[in-house]
Amino acid sequence: MEDEVIKKFLYVNRKAPYGTIYALESLEVVLIGAAFDQDVSLAFIDDGVYQLKKDQKTSVDSGIGMKDFSKTYLALGDYDVNKIYVDKASLDERGLTADDLMELVYEDEDDDYKEKSSISIVNQDELALLMEQQDVVLSF
Amino acid sequence: MAIDVNGKTVDLDEEGYLTDLKDWNEDVAKVLASQDEIELTESHWEVVKFLRDYYDEYQIAPAVRVLTKAIGKKLGKDKGNSKYLYELFPYGPAKQACRFAGLPKPTGCI
Repeated sequence: MEDEVIKKFLYVNRKAPYGTIYALESLEVVLIGAAFDQDVSLAFIDDGVYQLKKDQKTSVDSGIGMKDFSKTYLALGDYDVNKIYVDKASLDERGLTADDLMELVYEDEDDDYKEKSSISIVNQDELALLMEQQDVVLSF
Repeated sequence: MAIDVNGKTVDLDEEGYLTDLKDWNEDVAKVLASQDEIELTESHWEVVKFLRDYYDEYQIAPAVRVLTKAIGKKLGKDKGNSKYLYELFPYGPAKQACRFAGLPKPTGCI
């Protein structure tokens, strides 16, 4: 398809994973949108960084009695969604570091299917630049 | 909607998917498949079990594109294509196989 248009999409996630439906809705839109072969990036800012926190406990016995959809972020690499940006200031404010996040990876087809990390920790200037480069920014 | 499996009533939603994922067992899968006039062979089970493992790990049923790639990797290149999967599951590998596997309809599947 020569006339295929590929746009740059950025999904901005700012809310805690549970309590509102935003995080799950955003993730579902990303997964559905992945079928359209666009250039997709995800940003996690403010309480949104909690969405990527590892070891979430959400079962009835240990927590809030909801499905632990955090595991689904680990599938993003399979969907060729491998540009995930996390705001460093938001992590710092919450006493979190990169080690508190799930290890999201993808296989690089252009590099002998080597497994690589999808996550980049960025500062606010880098985030601003990222947003400026997009055709579409969707905020959740 | 409901089906009877070995004397036990199992509830289904309006599209024929299990309402409670915990109701699943191999006999349930066989009854669901028989509704589509399919007898589950070893090749079917391979895919059904793959889907259940994938769901357990990621909490979603994979999209067809992701499924074919992952099946190819796990079960061999000759099986990692949509022709092979559509022959096993003529109503769509994701949609139909997920139903037999007792999983919800895949996200984004219409």
